Amino acid sequence: MPIKGLVKYVVRRGLVLYFTMLAAIYITILVANMGGKVDEIIIADLRMRVWDEVNRNPVYRALSGAERERLVNEIVQQEIERLGLDKPFLYRSLIYLRDAALLELGRAQFMTSDTGSRLVRNIILERLPATVLLFTTVMVINFFLHLFLGLYLSRRYGSLLDKVFVSLAPTSVLPGWFYGIILILIFYTWLHVLPASGIVDTPPPRDPLLYALSVLKHMILPMASWIISGIFLGVYGNRTFFLIFSTEDHVEAAKAKGLPPRLIEWRYILRPALPPIITGFALGLIGSWGGAIITERIFNWPGLGSVAYSAIMYNDTPVILGFTVIYAYLLMVTVLILDVIYGLIDPRIKVQFG
Amino acid sequence: MSATGVEYGLKGVVKELLSYRAGIVGIGLLALLLAISIYAIVAIPYEEAIKMWRGQEAMWIDNPRTAAPEWVEMFVGKRLPRTIKFDSRLQQPGTSKSVIEIPATDMKKVVITCRFRYDYDELPSEFNVFLFSNFTGSAPFVKVVLRKPSGEEVEVIRYVVRVPDDRIYISISGAVLSNLLSQYTAKYPVNVSDRVTQLSLMFGRVTPSSLESGDFDVEKGDYTITIEATLFSRSDDLDARVVIYGTVHGIAGTDHLRRPLEIALLWGTPIALAFGLTASLVTTFLQMLIAVMSGWYGGLVDSVIQRVTELYMVIPFLPFLILISTFYKIDIWVLLAVIIVLSIFGGGIKSTRALVMQLREYPYIEAARAYGASSFRIITLYIIPKILPPVVPGLIGAVPGYVFLEAALSLLGLGDPFLPTWGKVISDAADNGALYRGLYYWVLEPSLMLMLTAFAFASLGFALDKIVNPRLREL
Repeated sequence: MPIKGLVKYVVRRGLVLYFTMLAAIYITILVANMGGKVDEIIIADLRMRVWDEVNRNPVYRALSGAERERLVNEIVQQEIERLGLDKPFLYRSLIYLRDAALLELGRAQFMTSDTGSRLVRNIILERLPATVLLFTTVMVINFFLHLFLGLYLSRRYGSLLDKVFVSLAPTSVLPGWFYGIILILIFYTWLHVLPASGIVDTPPPRDPLLYALSVLKHMILPMASWIISGIFLGVYGNRTFFLIFSTEDHVEAAKAKGLPPRLIEWRYILRPALPPIITGFALGLIGSWGGAIITERIFNWPGLGSVAYSAIMYNDTPVILGFTVIYAYLLMVTVLILDVIYGLIDPRIKVQFG
Repeated sequence: MSATGVEYGLKGVVKELLSYRAGIVGIGLLALLLAISIYAIVAIPYEEAIKMWRGQEAMWIDNPRTAAPEWVEMFVGKRLPRTIKFDSRLQQPGTSKSVIEIPATDMKKVVITCRFRYDYDELPSEFNVFLFSNFTGSAPFVKVVLRKPSGEEVEVIRYVVRVPDDRIYISISGAVLSNLLSQYTAKYPVNVSDRVTQLSLMFGRVTPSSLESGDFDVEKGDYTITIEATLFSRSDDLDARVVIYGTVHGIAGTDHLRRPLEIALLWGTPIALAFGLTASLVTTFLQMLIAVMSGWYGGLVDSVIQRVTELYMVIPFLPFLILISTFYKIDIWVLLAVIIVLSIFGGGIKSTRALVMQLREYPYIEAARAYGASSFRIITLYIIPKILPPVVPGLIGAVPGYVFLEAALSLLGLGDPFLPTWGKVISDAADNGALYRGLYYWVLEPSLMLMLTAFAFASLGFALDKIVNPRLREL
């Protein structure tokens, strides 16, 4: 495929994806602000807080009612201007959109990061490691577990182990958090062997090694709950996928030629099956960065899911937006990379743009 | 499958389903859940259920708090206390009320006695006395005395009634504790453990060592509670209800608001089924319709639908759903609508669209076009019937996902504020520390219901999948 065709294809896909992303962000802006209603709540809240402060401040005690009223109005007006609430919503929503597109996530309205920063970027980035540590690890473990167990079972389908996995596949409809609750009941409430909440012991151990061990200990239950939740269906899916692939004509032809099974497996089954597998991996990776609101809540895991949840509870628009924006950007970049890979390896796309 | 080929119609499908183990399990569980739903709707009408679940304290005041179901006895191997109730206004064996007029005064004495046998292996959980009196002048004066099986008599409390409907929370009253302690320490001068409670002093075997350690054996046998009231006018009267709360209750136990859990467990079933099925059904069909239009018409319609699908992919589903449910405080049916709107452009569209694009080139569709069939006719009569079978297993298999979604939102405190659902029970349990206090039943019962529902639909989905995708059957 000529470079020109590829560039044309990538640019086109990139543009489409970028506009899709902008549209998604704009929808988030609209919904997160309830079409401007949030502002009224914020202003009412602000007015009350300012009244309270002025009334309680001994400095203003001498002021008369009217003067005090004027003072409050003045402070409220300043605050409104500081927060940019005096502009019409439509105008502000476009400013939000521009900032979001430029990844200028601004300041949170109410929330602060654990280190005290008000910057949305800090609030989100601070929690990202905890989420990546837990969910990306689980995702990678799950991915390879499902892939290789699936491949293994497709080789010996009909065996006892295969039958066990097939018949247990329906257990995977129970979500990870549900297994989390059950695991907490067993290993924390009943047996008292594993911690059920948080990321590290309180107080955290000083020694880095002990610290790491403590974190690992706290990861066991949430990780186990996601692994158990995913394993049977994941393995079943991969096994069936490979089984269907292994009945394709080109595999039969390879078998007829007498090629060794291992070679058939790698070159004739795994390789053509690679694109959907890579897609699954990439999208799973992105998904894992979003954390899991409910699992994080059940295990009190201080990750992105918890941030998203508190942001929603506090109605903190910039944080909600920042969360969506980062997520959308990551997704967009991944999809674009996948598109490029497909453009390079998929003959159908080559034909279209060649 | 019959010898003549595939049987169509519901009967044929059911027959074929029953030839798979997963199918039998699925149909069996589903029948059970349907039976529970019908029972729930018939036994406790909708309004009634909401009233019971939202009932004020008065409704359930005679129930123990966070009591396990009665059948847990089988697992712990002990006799666990049931709730013991007496009411002097009712003719009840064990209670008696006598009125003695004190001569030469206007006063009278009301003596209410309650006799009961306590042979459980654990202490009760709470002890309340409810006093119902009418008085015109001075308020009645009440003395509660407990006679233990050993014959020992202890004075529990002396109390001046404050209002006509008064209650004494014996098990948490500081006056009761100091009163009992002063009587026992006079008898056994030891250092009293601070783990000693009102209830352990009343229903435990009090010895110097148990006072010191705070560990009491239950003193089993016949107890008598005497409530002696002095009334200051002949026209005054006083009645009492005595409730000694157990630690087990009913077939499902109770929650922190003393509500029997079976209400929520029963009513959660029809709600979960209706919610899951509607969400899955409507989403699947709308998705299918959109995909068919996209694949059939192509061109602009197709590109618009494809772009919207990609748009939906970027929007994070759960945070968005939470956002909407926090802002608008919606009930379960609006939530359902929101979920449907948020998922109609979901993942299923791409694969169905690809299928339709293949179908377009099929000779029978071409024939339909040749005889001048309209797009509407082709879509409804030739395309949808063709792509429906592979969609159905997915539809059934997706039901648990929606049931769990509702539970998950309840767990975040965003569920329906009125209806009793399984998710809400789990949420209540989690909020009240059931996971840490070892109140297993509170979490496990709704979890079990969720699991049954999930397995019913998942098994059914798997079996259906094998029927409509014969290729899977060989594997």
